[in-house]
Amino acid sequence: MGRYTLRRLLQLIPVFLGTTFLVYWLVWGLREDPFAGKCGQRECSPAFRAALTERYNLDDPLIVQYLKYLGAVLTGDFGQTFSGTEVSTLIADAYPITIKLAIVALVIEAVIGIIAGVVAGLRGRGFADTLVLVSTLFLIALPVFVTGLVLRQVLGVDLGIIRTSVPANPSFAELIVPGFVLASLSMAYVARLTRTSLIENTRADFVRTAVAKGLPRRRVVGVHMLRNSLIPVVTFLGTDIGALMGGAIVTEGVFNIRGIGGLIYRGLQQQDIATVVGVVALLVIVYLVANLVVDLLYAVLDPRIRYE
Amino acid sequence: MPLRRLATAVAAALAVALVATACGGGGDDQSAQTVTLDWGEPENALIPGNNTEQNGGDALDALFAGLVKYDVDTAAPSMEAAESITSADNRVWTIRLKPGWTFHDGTPVTAQNYVDAWNWVAAGPNAAQAQSFMEKIDGYDEVSTEQPTAPTMRGLRVVDPQTFEVTLKAPFVIFPTTLGYSAYYPLPQKFFTDRAGFEAAPVGNGEFRFESRTPNQSLTLVRNDQYAGTDKPQVPRLEFRVYADIQTAYDDVVSGNLDHVKAIPPAALTGGRWRQELGAGAHAKDGLQTTALGFPLYDPRFQNPLVRQAMSMAIDRQAIVDQIFGGTYKPADGLATSAAQGYLPNQCGANCQFDPQRARELLARAGGFAGPLTLTANADGGHADWMQAVTNQLRQNLGVDAQYTPLPSFSEVRQQANAFQFTGLFRAAWIGDYPNLETFLTQLYRTDASSNDYKYSNPAVDAALDRADQAPTEQAAEAGYQEAERLILADMPSIPLFTRQIIYGDSARLASGDRNPLDRLVTTSFRLNPQG
Amino acid sequence: MSELATPPDTARDESPAVEQTRGLWVDGWADLRRRPRFWIAAALILVLLLMALAPSLFTSVDPTVGELSRSRQPPGDGAIFGYDLQGRDVYARTIYGAAPSLAVGFLATLGTMVIGSLAGLLAGYSQGWADSLLSRIGEVFAGLPFVLGGIVILTSLNEPGEIVGAQELVFQVVLTIVVLTWPVAMRIMRAAAIETAQQDYVKAARALGAGPFRIVLRHILPNTLAPVLVYGAIQFGVFIGAEATLSFLGIGLRDPVVSWGVMIAEAKDRVQDIPWALFFPAGFLVVTVLAFVMMGDAVRDALDPRGR
Repeated sequence: MGRYTLRRLLQLIPVFLGTTFLVYWLVWGLREDPFAGKCGQRECSPAFRAALTERYNLDDPLIVQYLKYLGAVLTGDFGQTFSGTEVSTLIADAYPITIKLAIVALVIEAVIGIIAGVVAGLRGRGFADTLVLVSTLFLIALPVFVTGLVLRQVLGVDLGIIRTSVPANPSFAELIVPGFVLASLSMAYVARLTRTSLIENTRADFVRTAVAKGLPRRRVVGVHMLRNSLIPVVTFLGTDIGALMGGAIVTEGVFNIRGIGGLIYRGLQQQDIATVVGVVALLVIVYLVANLVVDLLYAVLDPRIRYE
Repeated sequence: MPLRRLATAVAAALAVALVATACGGGGDDQSAQTVTLDWGEPENALIPGNNTEQNGGDALDALFAGLVKYDVDTAAPSMEAAESITSADNRVWTIRLKPGWTFHDGTPVTAQNYVDAWNWVAAGPNAAQAQSFMEKIDGYDEVSTEQPTAPTMRGLRVVDPQTFEVTLKAPFVIFPTTLGYSAYYPLPQKFFTDRAGFEAAPVGNGEFRFESRTPNQSLTLVRNDQYAGTDKPQVPRLEFRVYADIQTAYDDVVSGNLDHVKAIPPAALTGGRWRQELGAGAHAKDGLQTTALGFPLYDPRFQNPLVRQAMSMAIDRQAIVDQIFGGTYKPADGLATSAAQGYLPNQCGANCQFDPQRARELLARAGGFAGPLTLTANADGGHADWMQAVTNQLRQNLGVDAQYTPLPSFSEVRQQANAFQFTGLFRAAWIGDYPNLETFLTQLYRTDASSNDYKYSNPAVDAALDRADQAPTEQAAEAGYQEAERLILADMPSIPLFTRQIIYGDSARLASGDRNPLDRLVTTSFRLNPQG
Repeated sequence: MSELATPPDTARDESPAVEQTRGLWVDGWADLRRRPRFWIAAALILVLLLMALAPSLFTSVDPTVGELSRSRQPPGDGAIFGYDLQGRDVYARTIYGAAPSLAVGFLATLGTMVIGSLAGLLAGYSQGWADSLLSRIGEVFAGLPFVLGGIVILTSLNEPGEIVGAQELVFQVVLTIVVLTWPVAMRIMRAAAIETAQQDYVKAARALGAGPFRIVLRHILPNTLAPVLVYGAIQFGVFIGAEATLSFLGIGLRDPVVSWGVMIAEAKDRVQDIPWALFFPAGFLVVTVLAFVMMGDAVRDALDPRGR
């Protein structure tokens, strides 16, 4: 296990380099004119172009530019936006909010999703199953922006129960509705996955054995069935942590949450290379670590799996 | 409305869970006295000459005051920090400052501060966004290149601490009118000695002082009690809050979480819903913003003026204004807007009137239009609704294969515009820099002008503009610009569509809070209702 | 798809496999015929396919004609689903929107499932350097923000201003979605494959001398398909929504092509004013996803030998 973890940590390095280079190339290398639109309707002056070309080392070959950038990042210098703000400040301000939102969303999707899935899976083909099926599909089929806008309109404007936007440093309570919106899709998937997995395991040998041993039903369901059924669910939740930590462009936009998703989107729109590459570099690390944790979790959940 | 009912049901279920956690805003005395405004993180630093964006402008206009200010309703210019701006020949201008003005750090505002600031903006190596605003000043060409051949512009001369002299390259009669723009604001000594410190905490001469800023979240300003201008600020504190989505900011104003929203989302305009929701806080006034569709005149398919006129006549502007914009915009009848000095109604004449029959005749006379007709705008600007409506009208009224083909961002659109690569009609929006007809002509339609994306060139137009620029009086200049406008419209390098009104919303907490026709924030106009 | 029907412990009883497979299909069909859910799903899918293939059977109205004079008219005489902002017939647009939506949903699901499953199987079964390599490549792609990837892929496929035909556009959208989302399917398949590879019957088959190809195909794949299929059925709806996101960014399907995603993206801000323009395409999307998920559930339940 220890060696496996170490090997995986070492593998982070090439993935990190690959992803950041890819993003760097996509943002800078593919553009014929990186400064178009920077000066409004007018074309930028040659002096302006020269200054920016100098600032971002654009005269160097792409790989040299990238290495210069990487060198700065490794010494903790994420660079500055066009307006001169330190990208590290932006990230430090935005990331706690994103983490809070991700936690809220994860709790909502895990709790509601698993409960709904267990209810649907244990009762089998009854009213509860149909209800869960239809309501989860509804959430799946509606794009997130629709769910978000409708909830904001109804709860915020029409009923006045929540604020239509989230304040600068939101509490967990204030993030419940945005968290629900963000979690809705995954919640539906968790419910479906739990249900399917549970139904499959109902007939598994170890369940039959447990029943034959005369264990009470609650113990059979709680210990034997759930634990085994949850392996794919946990995998999915782990993958989702990576996605949630990457911010949520749509949900953040709808509720004006000043998180990391909005930062990336604004960076893309304004071609603020320092912001985009800096944030993505960080997200890649978060995503990779989340995946590693999930892989290690397998071994804990499923005694048959051993990493060597 | 089944969806509405369903949504309410879902919401009601959620509401039960939320009641316990929902908390009222509440607030202490300070937050009750703070006016909150919707804002966006500026793309460039808050330096007057280096920021030409709306968000940057809103903050800069609160922090700085110019030589000239524009009336909040009519945009008519009047003296602000300047005592007088005079010239005998419209080329050499003498600017005399009012006494008693100071920067927020206590240093006096002198003529030298203006001259230094303007020289900084013009100097090539500084790469300032507003550099081209100095191009009419004598000596600009020597300082504006990457390797300047002169340290400062020879057209600027300090006469005494309260007076300086500006020599232009050529006579320009409306020069004083242009001086209210943020590029012409003075810069304190601190900017030149401690640039980083200035960017972190800007020091201006305006009605509000910098207090604090959290990047990508908010900017807070407090009232400047030493402000020397005529209109004093009425509220103690302004907080600019960054919003990612105008719809969210608008909903916050409607539900009382925000005091001022700088625009109204398109969906709320339709059917005039915003007027019901905002009540007395709904504001619309004529501005300096026009929307047109440009022709790529470098494409042979668009070289016949009849084709261009036919397309213009096939568009029912009034229907689009009524149905898409809820009647808040106005169909264009020329190149300028009614808020500009020198505006003359109906300059475009029949060419801008909806007449599908005549449009088809003209197109037939021109031999039809070959191939698909694309219409391009940026997808990130909320232009899809009206672009689609225009596309449908061209398709249905002219029988051409019109298609709306958006590009992802403004940057891609500019990239194509700068390279003259458009293959069809493109969105051409313009915001006037100062309230004069000239601002809608020179930079757009002069041969090789900086924003002439059409590659339009007519020597007669250039000559008419020259004559107007050098006219002895403002009246003569106006007549000259109007003549140029008619010449341009007859050629129709672009289809004037509508003039956009300045529309914004205030919360019920505010007694007043306005933007002027240049769409700039007038912070001195903000007043809270009595009991807050 | 006969793998679906292969019983999990064929290692015990190899010879009559062919016979048993046929028997399973027959049994499965007999079982299916008795399920009302199957018939409902089949009828819905048939109607949707008919809509996609022959929209003119359902409406004679041109979905692209917009008359501003009838903008925002509610459902009533002349147009049973009402008119949208542009004065276009919502019913006609919904009907004509079926084909591109179903094509995007189906092809993108197929693409991610096939690529993701193959990569996941290979990674999960081999668990060696192939696993590391594939997993890390997947992480590079998954680390890219969807919006950035979408903009770059779709804008670099076409010259700006170029007119792209409807079919080509659908294909490009599918390609974009597949390239950016296959790692998720891979992770799910990989997790299931790791779990299955530890099962006794797989070890038994290996001990009996079955080759790796045979083991993967006959023993691992059939037992790992369930979670991937659950994911696939849900992703079908998600991808139709993802297409809406791309359209919203100005890089997806566009006029004169109509799709439910395009309609939803257009109507999303106007829930208050023109709810029918959002409700009908979203409703069709929900029903479509429902039909496919129900069909998938019914078929799997019917064919699962453990389920009897």
